[in-house]
Amino acid sequence: MTASFLATRLTMLVVTVLVASLGIYGAFMLAPGDPATLLVGGARKPDPAVLDRIRAEYHLDDPFFAGWWHWFSGCLHGDFGRSLVYRDSVGHLIGERAGDTFALVAYAAVLVLVLGTAIGTVAALRGGRTEALLTAATSGVMAVPTFIMSVLLIWVFAVELPWFPVYGSGTGFGGTLSHLTLPAVALAVSWVGYVAQVTRTSVRTELRGEHVETARSRGVPESVVIRRHVLRNASGPIFAVSGVGIAGLIATTAVAEQAFGIGGLGALMIDAALKQDLAVVQAVSLLFVVLFVAVNTVVDLVSAALDPRTAQGGSR
Amino acid sequence: MSAAAPLLDIRGLRIDLPTGAGSATAVHRVDLALAAGEAAALVGESGSGKSLTARSVLRLLPPGAEVHGELRFAGESVPGMSRTRLREFRAGEVAMVFQDPRAHINPARSVGDFLVEGLTAARGVPVREARRRVEAVLQEVGIPDAERRMRQRPGELSGGLLQRVMIAAALAAEPKLLLADEPTTALDVTTQEEVMAIVTEAREARGLAMLFITHDLELAAAVCDRVVVMYAGSTVEELPSGALHHGAAHPYTRALLASRPSVGDTASGLRAIAGRPLSGFEVPAGCSFAPRCPRARDACRTDTPLLRAAGTGTSACHYPHITEEAEQRA
Amino acid sequence: MSTAPAPVLPSAGRTPPVRRRRLDTATLAAAAVVGVFVLLALFGPLLAPHDPNAVDPLGVNAGSSAGHLLGTDDTGRDILSRILCGARASMAAPALVVLVSTAAGTALALCAAWFGGWTDRLVSGALDVVFGFPGLIMAVLAAAVFGPGLAAPVIALSIAYLPLVTRVVRAAALKERSLPYVSALGLLGASTPRIWLRHLLPNLAPLILVQATIGFGYALLDVAAVSFIGLGSQPPAPEWGLMVSNGAPGILTGQPQQSLYAGLMIVVLVIAVNLLGSGLSRRLPGGAA
Repeated sequence: MTASFLATRLTMLVVTVLVASLGIYGAFMLAPGDPATLLVGGARKPDPAVLDRIRAEYHLDDPFFAGWWHWFSGCLHGDFGRSLVYRDSVGHLIGERAGDTFALVAYAAVLVLVLGTAIGTVAALRGGRTEALLTAATSGVMAVPTFIMSVLLIWVFAVELPWFPVYGSGTGFGGTLSHLTLPAVALAVSWVGYVAQVTRTSVRTELRGEHVETARSRGVPESVVIRRHVLRNASGPIFAVSGVGIAGLIATTAVAEQAFGIGGLGALMIDAALKQDLAVVQAVSLLFVVLFVAVNTVVDLVSAALDPRTAQGGSR
Repeated sequence: MSAAAPLLDIRGLRIDLPTGAGSATAVHRVDLALAAGEAAALVGESGSGKSLTARSVLRLLPPGAEVHGELRFAGESVPGMSRTRLREFRAGEVAMVFQDPRAHINPARSVGDFLVEGLTAARGVPVREARRRVEAVLQEVGIPDAERRMRQRPGELSGGLLQRVMIAAALAAEPKLLLADEPTTALDVTTQEEVMAIVTEAREARGLAMLFITHDLELAAAVCDRVVVMYAGSTVEELPSGALHHGAAHPYTRALLASRPSVGDTASGLRAIAGRPLSGFEVPAGCSFAPRCPRARDACRTDTPLLRAAGTGTSACHYPHITEEAEQRA
Repeated sequence: MSTAPAPVLPSAGRTPPVRRRRLDTATLAAAAVVGVFVLLALFGPLLAPHDPNAVDPLGVNAGSSAGHLLGTDDTGRDILSRILCGARASMAAPALVVLVSTAAGTALALCAAWFGGWTDRLVSGALDVVFGFPGLIMAVLAAAVFGPGLAAPVIALSIAYLPLVTRVVRAAALKERSLPYVSALGLLGASTPRIWLRHLLPNLAPLILVQATIGFGYALLDVAAVSFIGLGSQPPAPEWGLMVSNGAPGILTGQPQQSLYAGLMIVVLVIAVNLLGSGLSRRLPGGAA
């Protein structure tokens, strides 16, 4: 892949994060009423002395860009400010919860990649009734959002079959794995369906490719043809879509955390939003946007490297 | 023609392809024999079934296709081969050069990977040995900087160079028969000549038999010992290359010759064949060429003609055009 | 055999015709299901056998019976009535999201395609940034700023959905703009607004409709999810996403009916909308999308 492609994507990443941070900070200025009151959170009427202290601490009386820069540069250094609702530093709140969210998203990402590509490949290679069945199943599953899938899983596995724990995040690797299985499935399932469908189409297209005919005409064993020519060539679009899916997991992890009572970043953001604790909501949503954009950028770069047709003239 | 059993022997080949409802016959009747070291051209318009015939030799047909009749390689029935035997057969006895190297070489992998794969993956030759052999063949087809080329991607090579790579890949397998499916159609004229010269040279050096698929009668006669003409899924005429211009007995072959532009023959102009070429799927009763044939009579519309001796070759025609010269020789 | 459909070439000065193909059975069935849901949104309250908010402390968490076909919820409210009355609340908000984002997105796309240059670069760049902002996170941020309720998430999602419409319409408008009939209209003295309204928009309308249909499916899921996490519709509104969340505690005690029926409504509607969207897109000139 070329250096200019890399530079363009990285510039876009930085610009997007900068503009998003302006939007996140600016949203807070749009709020009805006094921002200082919002920072205190809730509906109580705090005394004027407290409000003045908050104004000074949050640079609320500074010009907009100065205030933004103060907040944004603080975030870059890991200083996300203080939450007046949780009576804790936002950085500490995030640090405590990031692990669970990371584990959940990583688990779901593995499911999306492994199950999605496996189901799609089997459907394309088998064809016939298997393909029709898997296509129907994946289409159906794509219409089931995380929150409904969560409820269904809780119903099946808490009431009917007690195989997995339903709430919390567990301790140790095994405990975490078994606690996070249902949330990860709920989070991943519609993306598994999507990736499976794209994989199926992509593999089918490659199977019909002329270069596959060449390989077969030379007596290359079918398993090698599938691996080196079909899957290898289909991997570009499959990886691109899986990446969009993994970025999507970051956007919806909040719903799964809420449904299964996992105390991760998403649950923290929702809880803070309900309490109108803007300092926390701003920091967490900035974090999510950065992760979302970063994953998308990495995916673009990797899929360009996988598919020399999109970035001609490159080497491995 | 040699008296020994032919290398490739096709008799009464019929190929049915699956369609939305049931199946349709794409190739009706192909009779063809090829001795070791001999080159024959299979000539016909698009849709005449010549590519399908060549692919059937390697059993490279679309899923669901049905093959009837006899297809033997060195006496062994190709449709009767087991999966393992078929793979062995493809890996070492027959090699195919395709029309469009750009599409037929995997664009995502290096040229070296492509060349070596036929030996390593298909035959279990160690990688180092395979590379050595492939580099030697690349020299032979006129690619001197083999090492650099093998590191490149197909996208970085020109069409002519890529077709040489495809030919090298076919030769590296040391086959007995080369199937060349319009190997020069996708190339420009000067490159075409170079590529044909390379194929002819390599073939003669190795005593390699070749089935050359083309729509170009002149090229066919120039490169091959014999010319086999196909129309609408059937072989209609077969004759030695030297006799093409004066000995052609089938009205279709004669019409094809007349419709070709040639240097120094500007006065008479081109004669297009009336009507539209038929594909194997839409063949009427009787002779498939009858609807377009100026010499057609009633029998042509009811009885299907079979190949039989006519003049210097064989022809599937009820009323072949026998020239005096040919008659005298016969 | 090889009769590939020739592309429809427009003649200068006239609006090119839209190729018509018949809709297949699955698309028609999907359209029928969507139609039933629209009727529910319009007339649901008239069909409801009970007041959706009438509590019955003596009949909580009841199963199906003649009086309550789908049973009652944790405060004894009739689930069937709540589902019927909830159609409007559940579908109006996503419809509004799609309406706003489609209208604004189409206007942006036409401006970008028509004026090109800086306008185009600005619009496209802004949309790339918006695209980097997941809709659900934007909705949560908006809810945090403006307080819970549907208004803030609807505005946030309308913005988040802009790229979905704008990118596609911009590309199509660019192609349309380069067609000879548009420059012919300009030469004939037709004004820009006239070209837009009488020629460009009608030609782009089928594409815009398809994008809006696809967008409605996403918006329905996102709005329901926002209500599910408690930042959208507030109790006692009979909104489906909220009902799924209200019914969640009941599942553990063996009364899954509220969550399941409300969830089923969402899933069925989304499947129908998706099928309709892909069916319509296959009918667009230029084939499958």
